[in-house]
Amino acid sequence: MNPVSYLYLSALLFTIGGVGVLLRRNAIVVFMCVELMLNACNLAFVTFSRMHGNLDGQVFAFFTMVVAAAEVVVGLAIIVSVYRARHSASVDDASLLKL
Amino acid sequence: MNLAAASTTSTGEAVQFWVLAVVAVIGALATVLMKRAVHSALSLAGTMIVLAVFYLANGAYFLGIVQIVVYTGAIMMLFLFVVMLVGVTAADSLRETIRGQRWLAAACGLGFGILLVAGVANASLRHFDGLGRANAGGNVEGLAALVFTRYVYAFEITGALLITAAVGAMVLTHRERTARAATQRELSQERTRKGAYVAPLPAPGTYARHNANDIPALLPDGTPSDLSVSKVLRDRGQVRDVSREALADLAALEQRSAEWLERGRDEEPKGVAQ
Repeated sequence: MNPVSYLYLSALLFTIGGVGVLLRRNAIVVFMCVELMLNACNLAFVTFSRMHGNLDGQVFAFFTMVVAAAEVVVGLAIIVSVYRARHSASVDDASLLKL
Repeated sequence: MNLAAASTTSTGEAVQFWVLAVVAVIGALATVLMKRAVHSALSLAGTMIVLAVFYLANGAYFLGIVQIVVYTGAIMMLFLFVVMLVGVTAADSLRETIRGQRWLAAACGLGFGILLVAGVANASLRHFDGLGRANAGGNVEGLAALVFTRYVYAFEITGALLITAAVGAMVLTHRERTARAATQRELSQERTRKGAYVAPLPAPGTYARHNANDIPALLPDGTPSDLSVSKVLRDRGQVRDVSREALADLAALEQRSAEWLERGRDEEPKGVAQ
């Protein structure tokens, strides 16, 4: 097996996550799909780090994880406050600006 | 683990990859396709654990552990916590709000996936240097040397980002109390003054057979009393009505005894005749 297979898996997981973001209506599940995409990127970073033989890719994956943690904290807080205001976690219901 | 410069991996890693990659893809698909958010979260946790194993296999020992601690430990727990807060039973509405959106999204995903895979296939990624030399002094030491020298500004900025995120989450979810919370004494005085229901509420459970909280007490005419069940259960529609069950049991008993008596009556004359 060539280690490039890790990149194919990463591409596949990223695509599945993207499709999930487009398909799902529940804000929490949409968020989980975003997390899946971030994880797929991390796998690609780690594989590139192995390919080039230095640790920069792993440092990047590390920073991605930190940013993902911050993003989850703020995003879930937004979901909770939206749920408090409208008693629904569906992304379709937040449509006050729509004509 | 063979992390030396090579264009192929060891057989062990290949077997591990093909087994766990299937698990990861199934977990990812389940995350997208499961109707309930809890099931999605658990599938995603499985995929993340598999990815942690892949990091370890690729020589990213520190990241593999951090993946388990931060992602499956902290982030997925946060997700489950919010799922519990928002409502486990709230299933996703499957009604399409934009017509044909589902097929368009699937087509977009397919096209994007093909582009991505073709891009990877076209790139010249034949040779892998391997992490043997970079990890020689230890993976954590190597990462630390990079983080605290070349990427020290990025590191400081992520620290600021984390603090901002923590404060932001608190600001977003904090609710200012506009009035003082009523004490128990005030609540009881208000209830007495209103005079609507001064006595304690009836207890749940019927006929000393069911004493579960979700079973309403029965009124003298046999209808269930909503007052005896907590408002939360009533709002969720989780009240179990067993009043019919008792009557059905009684009816079944009567029928059975009637059958038995019939049979007894049938047999008796026979005995007399003989």
